[in-house]
Amino acid sequence: MEYSEIMVRYGELSTKGKNKKDFIKQLGHNVRKALSSFESLEVRAQHDRLHVTLNGADSAAVMDRLKGVFGIENFSPAVKVDKDLDTIKAAVVAMAKEDFQPGMTFKINTRRQDKEFAYDTYQLNDLLGGAVLDNVPGIQVQMKHPDLELRVEIRMNGAFISGQTIQGAGGLPVGTGGKAVMMLSGGIDSPVASYYGMRRGVKLDMVHFFSPPYTSEQALAKAKELTAKLAKYSGGIQFIQVPFTKIQETIKEAVPEGYLMTIQRRMMLRLAVAVAEMRHAKGIFNGESLGQVASQTLESMAAINDVTSMPILRPLLSMDKTEIIKVAEDIDTYDLSILPYEDCCTIFTPPAPKTRPDLKKSRKFEKNIDVEGLMKEALDGITITEIRPGDNFLNQNEDVFAELL
Amino acid sequence: MIYFDNSATTKAAPEVVDTYAKVSANYWGNPSSLHNFGEQAFNLLEQSRQQIADLIGAKLSEILFTSGGTEGDNWAIKGTAMAKREFGNHLITTAVEHPAVHNSMEQLKQLGFEVTYLPVDANGRVSADDLRAAIRPTTILVSTMAVNNEIGAVQPLAEIADVMRDFPKIHWHIDAVQGIGKGLADLIFNDRVDFVTFSGHKFHAPRGIGFMYKRQGRKIAPLMAGGGQERNLRSGTENLPAIAAMAKALRMLLTDEAAKVQRQREIRLAILHHIETFAHVTIFSKDLPVFAPHILCFAIEGVRGETIVHAFEEHNIYISTTSACSSKKHVESSTLQAMSIDEGIATSAVRISLDEHNTMAEAEEFNRVFDQLYQQFAKLR
Repeated sequence: MEYSEIMVRYGELSTKGKNKKDFIKQLGHNVRKALSSFESLEVRAQHDRLHVTLNGADSAAVMDRLKGVFGIENFSPAVKVDKDLDTIKAAVVAMAKEDFQPGMTFKINTRRQDKEFAYDTYQLNDLLGGAVLDNVPGIQVQMKHPDLELRVEIRMNGAFISGQTIQGAGGLPVGTGGKAVMMLSGGIDSPVASYYGMRRGVKLDMVHFFSPPYTSEQALAKAKELTAKLAKYSGGIQFIQVPFTKIQETIKEAVPEGYLMTIQRRMMLRLAVAVAEMRHAKGIFNGESLGQVASQTLESMAAINDVTSMPILRPLLSMDKTEIIKVAEDIDTYDLSILPYEDCCTIFTPPAPKTRPDLKKSRKFEKNIDVEGLMKEALDGITITEIRPGDNFLNQNEDVFAELL
Repeated sequence: MIYFDNSATTKAAPEVVDTYAKVSANYWGNPSSLHNFGEQAFNLLEQSRQQIADLIGAKLSEILFTSGGTEGDNWAIKGTAMAKREFGNHLITTAVEHPAVHNSMEQLKQLGFEVTYLPVDANGRVSADDLRAAIRPTTILVSTMAVNNEIGAVQPLAEIADVMRDFPKIHWHIDAVQGIGKGLADLIFNDRVDFVTFSGHKFHAPRGIGFMYKRQGRKIAPLMAGGGQERNLRSGTENLPAIAAMAKALRMLLTDEAAKVQRQREIRLAILHHIETFAHVTIFSKDLPVFAPHILCFAIEGVRGETIVHAFEEHNIYISTTSACSSKKHVESSTLQAMSIDEGIATSAVRISLDEHNTMAEAEEFNRVFDQLYQQFAKLR
């Protein structure tokens, strides 16, 4: 069916009172950004709904993009026809035939904005329902929870008919929840945590620690590629790589083995906080899940969290690994995450890290290194990359290979 | 030359051979090597895998490379038997499978597994009711082919899927070696199947390469233990030139699939409707929708299959007795036997199998030669 527009219904933002205007404005902006590669489109964000006029654009491709935009409850592709009863009837019947499967029930739901229109909603429900019953053999009417709800809207500029309702991503529009820094390693958890952070409307900057030659260029490319996957939820993400080699080498020399991990994590968190302050971000997100590994016990969190009073948000805190993997598969980051490159978290992991590090000892051992000097050096060496959806980092030969295949 | 033996093997496409040569020359690093040269090979391997996954509507992780159809069949069957042994020892298949399936089953029988062979009707098809009746609490695997290699019968996969939906724990394997690119994607890639096996050289890729679709989450034991390639399920350094070549061959095969299938169907029917007018001809793959568009199996009463093959060969037309794998062993067709076809007529069976490059002109030439040979064969009767 050739659709003329997509009707988008807002999610939670409908309930947000006086902030509603900002939310709608941000969502309109995000939708425009997500659909920027379609030239013919018009996006109108109105108080009750958002309308995407297709002007001939491929509706399936547009809807695919809309599925990735947070703040959308659901949407329906609609056909626009002239405000003439027979024309409307024909379009409603055609749509019913397209979606009908044996045994289905339906109802007609009419809204009338144009009060001058010759028929009122009751008459329209009746006339159009009758037309469907006459022309679709086997279909039955059901008012409560029908399988098929055919919605007809008589607006000033035409009649709009829609059938199916497609689930949106839910959540809040990215940007309405302020800005935070995400600690992105490249494993399975941190991309999932990023997804949940963005779903609550937070704009994220990625911080990634890079330790050549202990971690490879491929590990860095993998973290960037993961960011490109996540960028589709916000349109674009700033990727900030922080050199970490010297800090790791210094800690390895100066700190007892059982505390290597704790002190490293304290340094990472300090750096993330420093980046957040530089960029006016208000919090730190990470992919920690309580008890999953040595650094994620309550004692470890206490010993590491000690370095800052900035809020640390852990969307995966109470999730099981299997649940996290399932989401990673759904958001298409899992296959990338399991690529076997050493990352900064695994390479200097001692054989037996303390699962219950002592806060006082952590503070004491940290005195063995020059925290301020090392941090300054690392912050002077950061590199920032703007990453857009679909950017390619791991496979630089993709186009050459596409020729071969 | 008219080549009508595409179910035996196909000619590797020039573009495919070109890819094979370029990859051999330029990307010969080991995909498991850590250095950049290995990394390039790895990226090409995964891009090939992604292309195949996209073409058949699967996920990247659901595509596993094998050496071909025989390995795929052996793996789906024995790999399931090994992985699910604690849940039961009963396997179900059909009486008309390729020897790669049949003989794998027989091997497992010797190890103590129980095997049920489902009977087929006059068109070489099993019934879903028979399948349902055969399922036991100890059944761990059902293996059914998509298209029979000897007569082209398409198994009732939609009905089988309905039965299998009631038994979600049983593995279901489809041998789709003869079914790819023949307009049967909806039947083969249904929402229930767990394993589907393919062979590259049946669709213009090189020999020695194939792939398996494995539904995410289904468990299978590796038959090739070793260095852990293919997600630890099929070890052995990846045959990258052949894999890339196969990805290309599959893309070419599935481009304009519907039009190609329609052309093969028309050619098949042009021959079928011509030869069925002769009194001593028996057609096994009839003009019915349950037969694949590219295979035609028939017999000329009183003439041995190999005689017919060689007679056509003299006219530069290449056909085969019912299956290339058994044709040199002088055994009658196992599929025709399972269909209870009289042995006398079964030994006279030959098979025509088409690809997307065959033409209607070739069909007309075949029919002309057929008339001539039919006259000659009259002397034998």
